[in-house]
Amino acid sequence: MLDLTPKEVMERKALRINPCKTCQPVGALYAALGVRNCMPHSHGSQGCCSYHRSVLSRHFKEPAIAASSSFTEGASVFGGRSNIVTSARNIFDIYNPDIIAVHTTCLSETIGDDLGSYIMDMDVPEGKVVVHTNTPSYVGSHINGFFNMMMGFMNYLTRKEGTPNGKTAVFPGWVNPGDIRELKRIAALMRVPTTFFPDPSGVMDAPMTGRYEMYPEGGTTVDEIRGLGDSEHLIALGEITCIEPAELLKKKWKVDFDLLPLPVGVAYTDQYVMALRRRSMVEVPAQLEMERGQLVDLMLDSHSYTYRRKVAIFGDPDVVIGLTALVLEMGMLPKYVITGTPKEDFARKVRALFELYGVEDCVAKANADLFELHQWIKNEPVDLLIGSSYGKQIARAEDIPFIRAGFPVLDRYGGPLLPIVGYSGSIHLVERITHTLMDRIDRDCADEDLEVVM
Amino acid sequence: MSREKLLEKYSAKVYKNRKDHVLQLELEEAEGIPAIAANTRTVPGVMSARGCCYAGCKGVVVGPLKDVCVITHGPIGCGFYSWGTRRNKARTDEHTEKNFVPYCFSTDMQESDIVFGGEKKLETAIDEAMALFDPACVMICSTCPIGLIGDDVQAVARRVEEKYGITAIGYACEGYKGVSQSGGHHIANNGIMRNVIGTGDEQPKTRFSVNILGEYNIGGDGWEEERILKRCGIEVVNLFTGDASYAALKNAHLAGLNLVMCHRSINYIAEMMKTKYGIDWIKVNFIGFGATCKTLRDIARYFNDPELTARVEEVIADELAEIHDEIEYYKLQLAGKTAGIFSGGSRSHHYQVLLEELGMHTVIAGYEFAHRDDYEGREVIPFIKDDADSKNIESITVAPDEAFFREVYSEEEIEALRSGPDGVEINAYDGMMRHMERGDVVVDDYNHFETDALIETMKPDIFFSGIKDKYSIQKAGVTSRQIHSYDYSGPYSGFRGAVNFARDVRMALYTNAWSLVTPPWRHEPLLVGTIGGGQ
Repeated sequence: MLDLTPKEVMERKALRINPCKTCQPVGALYAALGVRNCMPHSHGSQGCCSYHRSVLSRHFKEPAIAASSSFTEGASVFGGRSNIVTSARNIFDIYNPDIIAVHTTCLSETIGDDLGSYIMDMDVPEGKVVVHTNTPSYVGSHINGFFNMMMGFMNYLTRKEGTPNGKTAVFPGWVNPGDIRELKRIAALMRVPTTFFPDPSGVMDAPMTGRYEMYPEGGTTVDEIRGLGDSEHLIALGEITCIEPAELLKKKWKVDFDLLPLPVGVAYTDQYVMALRRRSMVEVPAQLEMERGQLVDLMLDSHSYTYRRKVAIFGDPDVVIGLTALVLEMGMLPKYVITGTPKEDFARKVRALFELYGVEDCVAKANADLFELHQWIKNEPVDLLIGSSYGKQIARAEDIPFIRAGFPVLDRYGGPLLPIVGYSGSIHLVERITHTLMDRIDRDCADEDLEVVM
Repeated sequence: MSREKLLEKYSAKVYKNRKDHVLQLELEEAEGIPAIAANTRTVPGVMSARGCCYAGCKGVVVGPLKDVCVITHGPIGCGFYSWGTRRNKARTDEHTEKNFVPYCFSTDMQESDIVFGGEKKLETAIDEAMALFDPACVMICSTCPIGLIGDDVQAVARRVEEKYGITAIGYACEGYKGVSQSGGHHIANNGIMRNVIGTGDEQPKTRFSVNILGEYNIGGDGWEEERILKRCGIEVVNLFTGDASYAALKNAHLAGLNLVMCHRSINYIAEMMKTKYGIDWIKVNFIGFGATCKTLRDIARYFNDPELTARVEEVIADELAEIHDEIEYYKLQLAGKTAGIFSGGSRSHHYQVLLEELGMHTVIAGYEFAHRDDYEGREVIPFIKDDADSKNIESITVAPDEAFFREVYSEEEIEALRSGPDGVEINAYDGMMRHMERGDVVVDDYNHFETDALIETMKPDIFFSGIKDKYSIQKAGVTSRQIHSYDYSGPYSGFRGAVNFARDVRMALYTNAWSLVTPPWRHEPLLVGTIGGGQ
């Protein structure tokens, strides 16, 4: 496996090998699936839409609906106005969503299609909405696409009626439905009324009922998005994914925000809970304090199997930062921490964590790829690898235990239902990390060293 | 009638377009094969399953070449999505030491590259690939922006060839070209025909040698076919392009016969090799044990050697005996079940045959990107009118090669081979619809709405489609299997493959959780009482 990867690292300026990111539009599509009765729409060649739907379905094991402008060579030369107009008409006619959320592609961006004016001129049925965002695939990564789509919805829809609606808005960032359910549960325990935006729970984890619902009961409603401007406050989770949407809401409607790391591990979940506590001004209930205590108890109980064990973590910036914080709490050494997303802030934040825990010889890098990560591992191995499904190649090549987390996980089932956030999500993670390391000890040790009790 | 019910929901404009793509067959001997509209533009917004030209070129045909460093020139997405997602299995062999299949190479274009042009970055990327891997062949696949900003990937390929003395091929397979993946297949076929086939001189080792064209080795199908052919004494020079290598493809013109599995994606090469080298091709089908028997007998008939014919019969008898009991068991379980199949451009035909052998019937069949000849048979080709989108895809012409052109049979002999009930489909393909029955529905460029509606009206027991439809079909209560990826099972080809397939179909139909869908409280009222004092 990956037999052609040399140990010697050669600096590359142009060739990306085994990327740790993908392009903006898929992020926009996922964000739009977190809106109730919404049809995501890709303005470009139909291949983009097909690829994005496929990767989302493969990750969530759920339908991922989206339509395309189906550009041909003619549209690429003369512009895609008639394509998007025809498309919107057909979508409302055949699929009847409340809202169409259009994102662009590298094709429509390169030819400079002006979607704002196309949409303005469109004949949109009464009570329906079309919104758009620009997601040039040659800028940033799928993470940019996710927050750009959030801002697209907000630019078109949000308003301020003047009366605060008593809700705290929560931007959960790019996480799984299982994470959103956990974040909501914590907010409910803290008695904070919330609006989660976007909210793919209920959509990308829909139950089996024997009836297919094209628009399942889930997602932030159009009215809820409209009302974001009247929120009392905003808690934005994921400092890299959510900073721009948070600043937009503040700029547009003066909604103050807490910008927090994704709540993975004890300290980051504490930050989320404390932010909620400031909203509701109620004491943290016994239930949550117990869960926190269980998590710390588990870390202490198992620390001898994780202490100073080396781990490489790759994936999307905020998930990776959260995972890094968690493994540091477990006493592990996050030897290599990378994201493919080109955000230098990522490396700074991870290095700050290294400093906080006084760990040395650990590397953090943004705009990196898995080929490079593999080469580092060849030079100095790690005990554990955490990341998306593509990590399995490196794990196999170097015989490293591997845990799947983040996006995309294409080769396992059930992951999107289970949280990695909050105290209880972190308990799942600590359990998986510890067991994976211990399974390896059991596999590799001599017969006489096989311990029944550990 | 299902077709009418389906179409009546469309607006006038969409109806006008879609009515010619959806047929409900009334096949009677006299009426012949109906015409279907195919390979035309998708209606925007209908949620078609189609992909793009790049997906057809890089994803389908070029990507599987294991010793080739295939570089996607463009922003990161296209390369990322076509990385390890198609199951074109490959391993190193006597021709190849390097296997690039697990890797993804991209120029990861940034905004400045779009503004100032990306040729320089592409050349630097190739320099880096040469320094790291020293491949014998580099292929460049273009994504949408490339043609728009005017990067000339073919010129870059020529410069790379001069600089490194290797083979480099640039494909102008921008996503917007053509109307589907199909244009990309054609562009890839052209590039391989022009630059690879015919450049080698390694003769086949045995008398009976074949290439299997349009075999992408999904789930190891190609290897299973190779195993069976090898038993018969037939050498497989190349699988095109599953587990294929640049090194071996160079010698493809020295094989004795071309077998065509996926007619849609590779018929261009089959035809061009016939013109240039005189190599005949036959349309084969290794999907189905009966189909495999027929394929093997066709090959034996073509080579017309008593020893080979006897050997083929021995292998058939032996392989059939091996699977007999299991197949009989599955037939009992599957008999009378109905199916729907939506695939790319070939499998909806292939799998109907296997399902029929298992006692099932296919009531809905459709393709994403097939042409009329895939539905109606190749004799329709002269009557297909090229539209502007097809004309944008280059068609190349080849002339007989002075050194290598040789024809085995005269036209009369070919005609004789072709005729009769057991005729060999030689240099010909009869299309899918001939094998279907009255009342069955055929859909070209199927979309989400039509899939949904057809399933509701025709209620097949199982539906074979792709990942984009799988879960919506399943949520509607119909078991669904991916016919592109085999849901990570396989091989499905040949004799043993038929058993694998039957096992998986049975599993999908009867898996225990299907009985758990409805919770008990849906059937049992919470309050039980009596009415009017009665019992």
